[in-house]
Amino acid sequence: MSFILDYYNYWVVVFLMMTGFYIVISANNLVKRIVGLNIFQTSVFMLYISMGKVNGGTAPILVEGVDVYSNPLPHVLILTAIVVGVATTAVGLSLIVRIKRAYGTVEEHEFETQGDVI
Amino acid sequence: MLFLDIVSGILLIAGVFFGLSGAMGLFRFPDFYTRVHAASVTDSVAAILILGGLLLQTSFDLNTAKLLFILAFLLITSPTASHALAKSARHGGLLTLAESKHSKAGQAE
Amino acid sequence: MTLLIDLVLLAMLALTALRIIFLKDLFAVVMLFGIYSFLSALIFVNLDAVDVAFTEAAVGAGISTVLMLGTLALTGRNERECERSSLLPLLVVCVTGAVLIYGTLDMPPFGHADNPVHEHVAPRYIQDSPQEVGLPNMVTSVLASYRGFDTLGETVVVFSALIGVLALLGVRREDNSLTPESGLKSHLVLHVVAKLIIPMIILFALYVQFHGDFGPGGGFQAGVIAAAAFILYALVFGLPSAFSVVSPKFLQVMASLGVLLYASVGLYSMAKGGQFLDYNKLAANPIDGQHYGIIIIELGVGITVFAVMLSIFYAFSSQVARLNIR
Repeated sequence: MSFILDYYNYWVVVFLMMTGFYIVISANNLVKRIVGLNIFQTSVFMLYISMGKVNGGTAPILVEGVDVYSNPLPHVLILTAIVVGVATTAVGLSLIVRIKRAYGTVEEHEFETQGDVI
Repeated sequence: MLFLDIVSGILLIAGVFFGLSGAMGLFRFPDFYTRVHAASVTDSVAAILILGGLLLQTSFDLNTAKLLFILAFLLITSPTASHALAKSARHGGLLTLAESKHSKAGQAE
Repeated sequence: MTLLIDLVLLAMLALTALRIIFLKDLFAVVMLFGIYSFLSALIFVNLDAVDVAFTEAAVGAGISTVLMLGTLALTGRNERECERSSLLPLLVVCVTGAVLIYGTLDMPPFGHADNPVHEHVAPRYIQDSPQEVGLPNMVTSVLASYRGFDTLGETVVVFSALIGVLALLGVRREDNSLTPESGLKSHLVLHVVAKLIIPMIILFALYVQFHGDFGPGGGFQAGVIAAAAFILYALVFGLPSAFSVVSPKFLQVMASLGVLLYASVGLYSMAKGGQFLDYNKLAANPIDGQHYGIIIIELGVGITVFAVMLSIFYAFSSQVARLNIR
């Protein structure tokens, strides 16, 4: 039982990662692919935050009478990564908008047969 | 203290009950408007009860004030969200279950 | 108890992700992704990462959902069927997943205090940062002081993402006479409540910005929350009135100003004889210097993130407005 609890978080992270990966490689719609990429990204966040957790610890904000804190470093890395993530997602979505304008569709199997229209 | 604990426990359990029934309603109710009704029960009643239960667990300090602010915010926003949802569905021409039955019956005649 | 909550929430997260695969209605996909973000924010709270949870709730569930909905309005909400077989992707995913699962068995067990991650720099941050930087929130200390250069890089990335979006979409000069009547004109309740709530959201954003040294919060979260307030305004009152409150030109100036403010703190500390972003040199007392430095660079981050998020929203929603006019 303790073996399962020790690795449960990592297994769910791998599951989420593979779900995102599957959406990215199998979906035809580009918006859905972006959602898949975001799921993949969130799973990586989850991996980092899981590694930073200390059993019996508390949030890394100094409080009287508490000695055990979770690791603040992964929190810092992920906090900035989330904001950078949404910024890059916005760039991806605006590329999709341009693709829609140029080809009239965002389904990959429909526009990959068309030539260069721009 | 014990009395407060019991009251807060009752409030929390009641909140969970309303939350669960709202979720059930969301799945089981037949059309959009009844489902919005179920969801808004979760938003309003369940949130009030759970936050009330949590309020009794605090020692009436800064946390109490924060919870009260959250409660006030929820009481303003969640009915508005339900209202906007239902109104835009109406605006988009979605009929209630009774109305759509009625219009079907009218077509059959 | 924490462990139980962790188990349940992660299982819900996995189910949500699984459901997204099979849905063809992209509107539902985006909504489920919003739920997914909220769930992951809850898990972050449960794993003690309050700052991260804050950011994820504001960014993942707020801004990116709005952006995706804006894209859907332009590209259509249904995924079309495709006859391509999904067997090969499934095989690839299963093999990769199996390898990764095998790899996790070499990971140190979850939550143990003597894991390698907690041995190297973390003790320094936890034990010394309250004395060296003088702030109770270690995440802010590490973000703004120890790893200040890294955060400057992240701010520049956010800024360059804005440049990318504007290069691709651009913000159209709004012509009021062409804009169609907003369907929200009749929503009196929404108008009243929005007017009531928007000042509260902005006030909360300022609180998060300046209280970030002592509790969860900081420039990234505050910028996103403030942007959410103006996005709410634009959604309820229409884009033209939002443009007259905060014009796109002004936002572009703000976005670059935030990055400049951040970098100039670094240059100023160099002029004072320290190294780049060495806040100790900003004042006579090193602790005071750290405080000044952190407040100013957090302000720079907040301004940039606010301006970038709102500009990106403007770019997307003026595309939608253009579509409506046609």
